[in-house]
Amino acid sequence: MNATAAFCPATVDEVVEAVRAAPRVIPIGARTKPRLSAVDAQAISTRRLTGWVEYEPSEYTFTALAGTPIREIREVLAERGQHLPFDPPWSESGATLGGTVAAGCSGPGRFRFGGVRDFILGVRFVDGAGRVLRMGGKVVKNAAGFDLPKFFVGSLGRWGVLVELTFKVFPRPDATRTLDLGVEGFADAMQVLGEMSVNRWEPQAMELLPCGHRLLLRLAGPEGSLQPLADEILRRWPGQILDPQQASALWSDLAEFRWAHPDGVLLKVPLTPDLVPALARVIEGAGDVRMQIGAGGNVAYLSSGSDTSSAALLSGLRELGLVGLALRGQGPLWWGDRPVTGVESALRQALAADDRFPELDA
Amino acid sequence: MPKDRLHELAALLPPERWLTRPEQLAAYESDGLTAYRKRPVAVAIPESTDEVVELVRACHRAGIGFVARGSGTSLSGGSLPVEGGVVIALNRLNRILKLDPVQRIAVVEPGVVNSQVTQAAAPHGLLYAPDPSSQSICTIGGNVAFNSGGAHCLKYGMTANHVLGLRAVLATGECVSWGGRSRESVGPDWCGLFTGNEGLFGIALEITLQLLPKPERYHTVLAGYRTLDQAGDAVAAIVASGMLPGALEIMDALALQAASAAVHAEYPPGCEAVLIVELEGPRESVECDRLRLDAILAASQPIEMRPARDAEERLAIWKGRKSAFSAVGRLSPDFLVQDGVVPRRRLGEALRRIVEMSREAGLRCANVFHAGDGNLHPLILFDGRQPGALERAEALAGRILRMCVEMGGSITGEHGIGVEKRDFLPDMFRPEEIDCLKRIRSAFDPLEIANPGKMFPGPEAPALSRPGLHPLEAAGVISRE
Ligand SMILES: Cc1cc2nc3c(=O)[nH]c(=O)nc-3n(C[C@H](O)[C@H](O)[C@H](O)COP(=O)(O)OP(=O)(O)OC[C@H]3O[C@@H](n4cnc5c(N)ncnc54)[C@H](O)[C@@H]3O)c2cc1C
Repeated sequence: MNATAAFCPATVDEVVEAVRAAPRVIPIGARTKPRLSAVDAQAISTRRLTGWVEYEPSEYTFTALAGTPIREIREVLAERGQHLPFDPPWSESGATLGGTVAAGCSGPGRFRFGGVRDFILGVRFVDGAGRVLRMGGKVVKNAAGFDLPKFFVGSLGRWGVLVELTFKVFPRPDATRTLDLGVEGFADAMQVLGEMSVNRWEPQAMELLPCGHRLLLRLAGPEGSLQPLADEILRRWPGQILDPQQASALWSDLAEFRWAHPDGVLLKVPLTPDLVPALARVIEGAGDVRMQIGAGGNVAYLSSGSDTSSAALLSGLRELGLVGLALRGQGPLWWGDRPVTGVESALRQALAADDRFPELDA
Repeated sequence: MPKDRLHELAALLPPERWLTRPEQLAAYESDGLTAYRKRPVAVAIPESTDEVVELVRACHRAGIGFVARGSGTSLSGGSLPVEGGVVIALNRLNRILKLDPVQRIAVVEPGVVNSQVTQAAAPHGLLYAPDPSSQSICTIGGNVAFNSGGAHCLKYGMTANHVLGLRAVLATGECVSWGGRSRESVGPDWCGLFTGNEGLFGIALEITLQLLPKPERYHTVLAGYRTLDQAGDAVAAIVASGMLPGALEIMDALALQAASAAVHAEYPPGCEAVLIVELEGPRESVECDRLRLDAILAASQPIEMRPARDAEERLAIWKGRKSAFSAVGRLSPDFLVQDGVVPRRRLGEALRRIVEMSREAGLRCANVFHAGDGNLHPLILFDGRQPGALERAEALAGRILRMCVEMGGSITGEHGIGVEKRDFLPDMFRPEEIDCLKRIRSAFDPLEIANPGKMFPGPEAPALSRPGLHPLEAAGVISRE
């Protein structure tokens, strides 16, 4: 797989050449989610395709090349008091903007205002025939044309090479507080999450740590407003406010998936909070599987440490009708039955993706 | 249209739900863009999603064009009937199938009216965020097709940001189901691609929407300014402050005049522009932001600042805002609404140029806009009885749209291309990009039977007729934003 060295185009023209130079290609970023690009195809790396195209803080938008590291984007936005509210993961590990879009990965902050799909505004990409196309727009609101930018979220590099992306950003809240609440396992945690989700506090993020007994909650807003909110929550549930250093270490551990088996399989499984207790039982029975529940119970990240536990996990997911996507590790890309439609192959043809990029199932 | 090809469709429904008599068809001849009219061959009124699927499959077999129709409030001719085609009217598919307060989702049929979702969610302390001005009448199916917006888009996004799952019948007759109840997903975002398709991909049958907790506290302020520029500067200052208001809206003098006449809204005397700012969230954070906002607004030298003291006053502010456009109907026999977007920092410049261009065209133009999004809604007033007036109004509208594109914006923020702006698509996209959009369309609809003649520039020019108020607007049921 990817036996030959990756092409490393430094310009969009070079990306076009690279796409045309091999019968089957796959774009790669920093490979923080290596399973997604572990296919038999010539890799086109966006490593040299980095930098800012436009950033106008007063517009709440920026445009950058696809290989630009998320870390750099966060730093520059932070200097101007702005951020991508969905906390793109793996930024310390070098994740790129394009890779984040293609992988469709959002972090804890997606709970309040949505994920990558909700902040992407425009794309420039090279299709399978080597055409350079721009879709979407560069302003915060635009309804012209089909929303191909959203479609590229989760496209796994199978539909075109993203070369440039435009995003909407938000002002960074003045202050944050991280609350660490004690819960009695997954079922109890989901109860707390349920109540939290409809209450007045408007938390930005709600994550259950892999141990299943600690619920991390992030409040954000004007400095003066947070203490009373935190106090009220702590009167309702046992817990504590973490000091900023502790908090940022925990959030960083989550964002970098340090809790996962380093060489094991890592799956992303979208679900709803009501399914979490059943999935927790599967995990218990499977052996060496760790689970982290994110986005207020809307996603499970599962890390399996052995082949036997993986097999048990797969059958458990099937039983629950869940579908997982493998971000890291050996084994299939899709865990469970990915729904396939007829229009999918028609659209692959339309973007000339069918003969240039690997199948979505590869 | 040969009768035998239609026969198969007609056989799918009882005669009272298959309309073909001219007097029955008249109500479906146009949508919110009343300048265009076309009589459909027939109107089908399905009562179940199975019937919709059968109708679409029969259209596909017979190669008959169709347009899905919700409430017909599209402002760009999206639901204008298609040449030789049928209208599939979805209003009877109006059930909220599920409202789950724990998962915070609603599963609805396409004919459910936008504000019904909001109302159903309210008792659970939840909210359906997208709030187009037509919310009391437009359908979720129409909102999905047009990725409709509203007054709270900067913070909450458009319809697409709230669609979690979709079941649809594509123009090929294929039934698909994408996404689901989770807020997260894996694989390409098909729901995102389908939303905003302008009826060109197929018909949405069942839509799963996310609901949000209703903000505990609102703080809504109306500030009157001597000049539009001052109002624009205030917006810039608010944006620069790092606050994220739920809404930032501006109305100009002519729009104010209209609103005062229509809903007896009273605005500070002597003001040329009014800014509406809304903060929302937990009471503690609204209180903090409110102090900052007061300081910023005070520094912006308004003639007067009027914070809403209670829910009733807040609603009154919004009523004036949301009725502004239909109110303009009182100032002029006819008007055209535009929907261009410009980068926010160029709003002032855009407005000045609109004033100049209107003066040159000898037409009056009222402005109401989503200042936070840079989304302009210039309203061009004219008298359709005067020869050439409509053409002059359209020419002015065209100049405004081209200016938006030149400034780096868009020809539409939320009303869609439809039939109205299809000739402007090439201003936004290069030929190979339009070609790509067409290829995407063909993947969903190779026969081009779903809403043909829309979005893409084409030879068939639909019949222009006399514009005016939407019948429901004239009756005061809805207003235009
Ligand atoms: C007074 C007034 C105020 C308005 N204010 C706003 C506003 O603030 N913001 C905004 O964004 N828009 C606004 N609009 C525009 C309009 O209301 C929206 O575009 C709305 O979404 C249309 O809904 P509808 O049910 O009337 O759809 P229709 O006009 O009936 O149809 C619109 C399009 O959707 C397609 N369609 C309908 N149902 C389906 C379905 N189930 N599946 C697939 N396609 C379907 C149709 O084919 C058509 O192309 C306003 C319109 C008016 C008249």
